[in-house]
Amino acid sequence: MSPEVALPIIIPLMTGTLTLLAWRSNILQKILSVVGSIALLISSIWLLTSVKEQGHVVLYMGNWVAPYGITLVADMLSAIMVFLTGMTAVAIAVYSLASASASHERFGYYPLMHLLLAGVAGSFLTGDIFNLYVWFEVMLIASFALLILGGERAQMEGAVKYVTMNLLSSAIFLSAIGLLYGLVGTLNMADIAVKLSEAEHTGLVDVIAVMFMVAFGIKAAAFPLFFWLPASYHTGPVAVSALFAGLLTKVGVYALFRVFSLIFNQSIEFTHQLLIWIAVFTMVTGVLGAAAQFEFRRILSIHIISQIGYILLGLALFTPLALAGGVFFIIHIIIVKTNLFLISGITHRLLGTYELKKLGGIYKSRPFLSILFLVSALSLAGLPPLSGFFAKFILIRAGIEAEAWVATGAALFVGMLTLYSMIKIWSEVFWKSLPDETDSSAINQQMTPSLAILYLPVIILTVLTLLIGLMAQPIYMISEFAAEQLLNPSGYIEAVLGVKP
Amino acid sequence: MEPIMAVTVGFLYAAAIYMMLRRSIVKLVIGLMLLSNAANLLIFTSAGMTRGAPPLIPLGAMQPEGIIADPLPQALILTAIVIAFGVLAFAVVLIHRAYNILHTDNLDLMKDTDT
Repeated sequence: MSPEVALPIIIPLMTGTLTLLAWRSNILQKILSVVGSIALLISSIWLLTSVKEQGHVVLYMGNWVAPYGITLVADMLSAIMVFLTGMTAVAIAVYSLASASASHERFGYYPLMHLLLAGVAGSFLTGDIFNLYVWFEVMLIASFALLILGGERAQMEGAVKYVTMNLLSSAIFLSAIGLLYGLVGTLNMADIAVKLSEAEHTGLVDVIAVMFMVAFGIKAAAFPLFFWLPASYHTGPVAVSALFAGLLTKVGVYALFRVFSLIFNQSIEFTHQLLIWIAVFTMVTGVLGAAAQFEFRRILSIHIISQIGYILLGLALFTPLALAGGVFFIIHIIIVKTNLFLISGITHRLLGTYELKKLGGIYKSRPFLSILFLVSALSLAGLPPLSGFFAKFILIRAGIEAEAWVATGAALFVGMLTLYSMIKIWSEVFWKSLPDETDSSAINQQMTPSLAILYLPVIILTVLTLLIGLMAQPIYMISEFAAEQLLNPSGYIEAVLGVKP
Repeated sequence: MEPIMAVTVGFLYAAAIYMMLRRSIVKLVIGLMLLSNAANLLIFTSAGMTRGAPPLIPLGAMQPEGIIADPLPQALILTAIVIAFGVLAFAVVLIHRAYNILHTDNLDLMKDTDT
């Protein structure tokens, strides 16, 4: 028995239920939400340490041995992702104490948030392909409701596209599962991997592989399927935007990592070659889109796409170094991206707008906040000694070693344009003097408790970015460990099925 | 039976995509409904259809006699139907709210947030 695999799913589900029971008491919901997310973080640390010791941790639900029952499996990648989920959860739960408006809280903000976290953690931990679909849907339905909290005009427009594209992706995912089940007659991912490697490799396998690629590509916002993301992510409440930006697209990326390392590893020259081009175009279109934007959260939203491209590049090159780089990049980007969105929320609190034109003068009145932004922004752009530098350095080195010149060149070029976008935000929001027409009554406000609560997660996440940059070695070691496990699926299969493949 | 089902599934997918490409949000939701039904029928068909052989084990025996139908796809479809029902119920409420707030059902007029 290893209960630590199930705890990261059970804790947010329980927290969500308890906050529902505490529907009438706002204070109680807030306390439960913070306590629940801290418990999630602790359980994810437990999972991380036991995965580090044992390699793979497996739990058969209801004692139905694989491949008959639903299996929960944690390898290093899952454990890292769950840990990042816990960390984001704590940051968002604390930030929400001060940022969530009363009307959002009245419509079930906290229960939805924890339901979303349960869906995310479930997707990371399940070892069953149909169960993965179910967790995706749990996550989606919670995210739909969170996105439209408040019911503003832009939110409705964004939500229609978000819902449509995600339901389309789910339908493609479900069809692919149906075809795969028809082919191999099992749903356990480890068992599918065994059966598929024994079966004759036909065109149908490639078709199913591409269907999975499209389904997860939509969720991950990869080129050319990302158009729902810039239309919707910036419309929700800011804490929700930060949560989505940090975690949701990464669930799609995680699913791609899992499926294209464990199940579809027979025709790498086809699938992974395709992924390289997807990665290159994702990087370039994302960063060019961001360069054309002049609204704080929109720039950050479109930037998510280009970062997804980097992570996909790690998977597409499929060498140990590249995969380690991809995992390192995921760790870096979830922290930094969440943090940048949280900072955009603070500037909104101070000046009441996200438009770059109307913002300004923050460096003069709030130098500390500006430094926090600068650290995260430069980390995103990949300047040493911050976390983004090492993430990009590993990926680009892997690209050179694999002699993927176009992809490497694109990665370098995109890094430069990222710097341009970040400098644009810096000079418009923080450096230039405050435009006269902007209402500046709130900018010099005292450090109220509510503002201090907004600062707290931002400071912690910024320190983490610095720490990852200054102590990259241990992070690199666990990324390398995760990459090794991804490249040798036999360890995963053996842990789940109990036999050597 | 399989060829008929295959054609039906293909037709459902085609109809779903066609409806989703229309401008009205109501037709968009109808398209989504057809799409989830098509996916369910696809699972049903591709998992193999067995006529008149319920997956039951006779009293006292340890395993079923002869060929039986695979019960798992039906469980999958049942799960998928329930999920699709919940999600589509949300989608219906969403388009109703969207219509109330935006005063239009035309998708072409909903692109303020695109650029």
